[in-house]
Amino acid sequence: MLHTVNKSPYEKGSLDTCLRLAKQGSTILLIEDAVYAAITGSSLESKIRQASKQYEFCVLGPDLKARGLDEAKLIDSIRVVDYGGFVDLAVSHDRVQSWL
Amino acid sequence: MKFGIIVSAGPYTHQASDTAYQFSKAVLERGHEILRIFFYHDGVNNGTRLTTPPQDDRHITNRWSELAAKHELDLVVCVAAAQRRGIVDVGEAKRHGKDANNIAPGFRISGLGQLIEVGIQADRVITFGD
Repeated sequence: MLHTVNKSPYEKGSLDTCLRLAKQGSTILLIEDAVYAAITGSSLESKIRQASKQYEFCVLGPDLKARGLDEAKLIDSIRVVDYGGFVDLAVSHDRVQSWL
Repeated sequence: MKFGIIVSAGPYTHQASDTAYQFSKAVLERGHEILRIFFYHDGVNNGTRLTTPPQDDRHITNRWSELAAKHELDLVVCVAAAQRRGIVDVGEAKRHGKDANNIAPGFRISGLGQLIEVGIQADRVITFGD
């Protein structure tokens, strides 16, 4: 399953809920304000690194750019995709769950 | 592949309408089909043609109308959500005795059955909201 999260982890519990309920092997795509979870040097970094052992993490590149976040500062296990890549993820997973 | 898209947040208040638009464009560019885009809750505010953003800002409503015209998309606004928020087409204006309508080109007002139907017919349904 593909999970999308669109809220900053510093604002809402959407990412936490997703991590609690997503099955191992799922893909988690961080979009909109959730892209803040993908950056190194934050209080969440170790949690994301730990979760990366169970899930594939992706982040929407245009949303990083819109927030002035540098791709060089991403947690290294996280893959950057564009909107076309988002569509490809939706196609390659049998369903999509949006955590709002 | 057939996609259904749900937009449940209003334009200019949250990024969801923008993300939904960019995603929809990418779906079509990839050669997939969009069976329907369903506007629900505050998402119905995407469908008023009275929207007038500053000239240097994106025009979210016109952008949908243009995409719908180009690709013959079915843009459906939930009737109950629309009534609450004053989104009205010719029929609804008449039915409720309103002095005007404001539905944007390419949008139509219908019911939740349209959401259920696309849920059954589409291979993927994706929600963009707040």
